[in-house]
Amino acid sequence: MMNFRAIKVIYLHEMLRFWQTLFQSVASPILSTALYFVVFGAAIGSRISDVDGVSYGLFIIPGLTMLSVLTQSISNASFGIFFPKFTGTIYEILSAPISFYDVLIGFVGAAASKSLFLAAIILITASFFVDLNVAHPFWMLGFLILTCVAFSLFGFIIGLWAENFEKLQIVPLLIITPLVFLGGSFYSINMLPPLWQKVTLFNPVLYLVSGFRWSFFEISDVSVGISLLMVIVFLSACIGVVAWIFKSGYKLKQ
Amino acid sequence: MSSIVSIKELSKTYNSGFEALKNINLDIKKGEILALLGPNGAGKTTLISTICGIVSPTSGTVTVDGNDIITDFRKTRQMIGLVPQELTLGAFEQVFQTVSFSRGLFGCQKDDDYINQLLKDLSLDDKKDIEVRALSGGMKRRVLIAKALSHEPQILFLDEPTAGVDVELRKDMWKIVRQLQDKGVTIILTTHYIEEAEEIAERVGVINDGELLVVEKKELLMENFGKKQLVIELREEAKEIPHTLHKHNVELTDDGLNISYTYDAKNEGSDIQELLKEVSDSELVLKDIKINQSSLEDIFVDLVKIK
Repeated sequence: MMNFRAIKVIYLHEMLRFWQTLFQSVASPILSTALYFVVFGAAIGSRISDVDGVSYGLFIIPGLTMLSVLTQSISNASFGIFFPKFTGTIYEILSAPISFYDVLIGFVGAAASKSLFLAAIILITASFFVDLNVAHPFWMLGFLILTCVAFSLFGFIIGLWAENFEKLQIVPLLIITPLVFLGGSFYSINMLPPLWQKVTLFNPVLYLVSGFRWSFFEISDVSVGISLLMVIVFLSACIGVVAWIFKSGYKLKQ
Repeated sequence: MSSIVSIKELSKTYNSGFEALKNINLDIKKGEILALLGPNGAGKTTLISTICGIVSPTSGTVTVDGNDIITDFRKTRQMIGLVPQELTLGAFEQVFQTVSFSRGLFGCQKDDDYINQLLKDLSLDDKKDIEVRALSGGMKRRVLIAKALSHEPQILFLDEPTAGVDVELRKDMWKIVRQLQDKGVTIILTTHYIEEAEEIAERVGVINDGELLVVEKKELLMENFGKKQLVIELREEAKEIPHTLHKHNVELTDDGLNISYTYDAKNEGSDIQELLKEVSDSELVLKDIKINQSSLEDIFVDLVKIK
């Protein structure tokens, strides 16, 4: 049996921080999206030819959205669970009549909701710069939700693992950002030399971006089925790690 | 009185190898106020953290109202409120908000009237829209108590409740504790201040080095482990104790002006009457008589030292 009231208050409590900084939450993605369009869409993009029949300005939209969704999911979820550990208020969560899974649903649900909200803002902003048509809205939403949940889970794991602010920052900064940039967010891997095309296939972000882009333009670097499979594999891996953490009490409870 | 918390052979060894609790057996009675007394690092916090679910036991069992704290954790934790030792509060929440959050976390239906009354009882009603980080230490302590009481628990744990608290708040706190007891709430507090245990607790448990040395009614503890000392002040300096008094366990102070006689507080086997008669028969001139009784503190120090 779940403690739905507890899940609800954790979720609302986490969302509260978001609403309290609503201006910042909305303004910063609008600004960064606009900047990307000015630089890559108008200034540089006008000198880049179409990619697989799609103008460069349009081509970067899915990658740009994924870049923000990935980094924000991780930072929101990791900070959300790290902060109570840091301040010590985690005692209350540990002593409440709730299971770790109740806690997980509250925290990850809130982080994923924020990322979805963010993605919506980015796509709306982008639609002011380019003529945006989504070929498969259902798949687009599906990829987006799965990605938000998977990376919020990943962030939650990082937040549990990190003992200090440095560790909290290190994974998003040193691993996620390079993976996103090298995962075909801003280019098609067909533009790379054959060796690097092979190397890129080991980058999980490639599959996310490729599948997401397919749902917009029906063009992709890898087949959609494989993309979907990889997202589910990543999601399952995160669930597995979380289950192990909860079973062993790792870093949560001695 | 039936017991509400039952601890059997509880041990806890931390991953570092530190043995914080060694085979603790303890029954906490419904409606009582129990003080766990012990020096810093004795295992008091580990003990209550284990009962509350923050620390996992290495071996042994704990039941709360008949329910196991591991398998039936939802039932047991529902009954318990915990006021932690450290002033741990989120930074940006407002007082009412954070107390209401605690209530929800424990699965209770939203009840603003109850929370408002609780804040009033704790003299926090004028602070309810203030962010907790702006509060003084004493006010933060009150907020923590309000959070612990937000779900109307039947058992309240207070971990070092008066550490760094001024006299006024301490008095308020004891008032609240007594009111809660009147409502039937069982209260367990840890402290290393002996006066505190002496003032409020009905039973006192002494913990040292992970072991529960003794749990006893406060009066019994003082009776069983306490000593009394009869001090006879003399008008004139005595060179030595008269030989007639030698058979009693008496000592003469260095200045020769006091004779002290130490005896068991239970009074059995004391021979005060005989002693006093022999003093008056001797050449000693009495000035005054007083009796010292060992405090809980003396008993505590003795107990901890013996181990």
